[in-house]
Amino acid sequence: MHELSIVSSIVDSVTETLGAYPGARVKEVRLRVGALASVIEDSLQFCYGIATEGTPLQGSALIVKILPVRMHCDKCEQDVEIASLQSFRCPRCDEPLADMRQGRELEIESIEIDEVEEPV
Amino acid sequence: MTTRIVELRQGILKKNDELARGLRNQFEAAGVLVLNLVSSPGTGKTEFLQRTLLELINSGAKAAALVGDLETDNDARRLAASGAPVRQINTHGICHLEAEMISKHLDGWNLVDLDYLFIENVGNLVCPSSYDLGERIRVALLSVTEGEDKPLKYPTLYNSADVAVVTKIDIAEAVGFDRATALRNITEIRPGIRIFETSAKTGAGMAEWLAYLAESRSAR
Repeated sequence: MHELSIVSSIVDSVTETLGAYPGARVKEVRLRVGALASVIEDSLQFCYGIATEGTPLQGSALIVKILPVRMHCDKCEQDVEIASLQSFRCPRCDEPLADMRQGRELEIESIEIDEVEEPV
Repeated sequence: MTTRIVELRQGILKKNDELARGLRNQFEAAGVLVLNLVSSPGTGKTEFLQRTLLELINSGAKAAALVGDLETDNDARRLAASGAPVRQINTHGICHLEAEMISKHLDGWNLVDLDYLFIENVGNLVCPSSYDLGERIRVALLSVTEGEDKPLKYPTLYNSADVAVVTKIDIAEAVGFDRATALRNITEIRPGIRIFETSAKTGAGMAEWLAYLAESRSAR
């Protein structure tokens, strides 16, 4: 339910970045979102349409890349992807896993823009 | 017109995270142990916290609390009955507390004078897990009336917790609480997590909890 505030933060960050590219139009905003970031993509998309209205991001696409949860298994000495969010165990050896390496990300990876002039 | 890809690699909650980091440093410097209590509405966070504050104050410790709710200052008034300094944070519709709200509500409090600061989050098992408040210990609470599979339904929150507290164990039998399953589900989501089984009403389990608080405070 906090997707609107997340999208507002995205609009702020991207608008700030655009300061270096006067007149540029945003085509795409790409996010990396961990499977444990407690963010629902549908809600993000819905809020994105509303929150970007009247901003330089209006009409741009939001691309959400979901990152699976990766944990380190000490026994197997490697990072493993857990089979479900209901069991933090190694899919290879069944060891309980507490050391997370990926899964909570909530970040803007990049933006694609159409430039009209050289960046300042 | 040229198309360009600009790499940002920027945390979306960067502002909150930076503010939380500042708060954490401030808390550490002042020597106050800060805990963030998270659960669904009705788990008994306030009752549990009220008892915790009362026992801490009776033992001579200095404890304070910030309590988040969408509306009303009912919880702050309940908690203040313990004698601890308490402040209500009304979020007016926002489903979680953010670091900025904590920062604002610390005004005028001398952190150095405190041993413990409890932050009772808005009752919600989803959104609070994304927002760092600068706490050292995140506590996930689960009442015996909620269903043993709650940790499986809300893995994000339970996985981000440092300790778990089961509340209302005095009525466990009456509501058919399956203790073994509940504890197993918590551990399945957060292997190795320490679990306290408590009743704010009877005081069961409170001694272990208070000992853990004292231990964590001195283990800085």
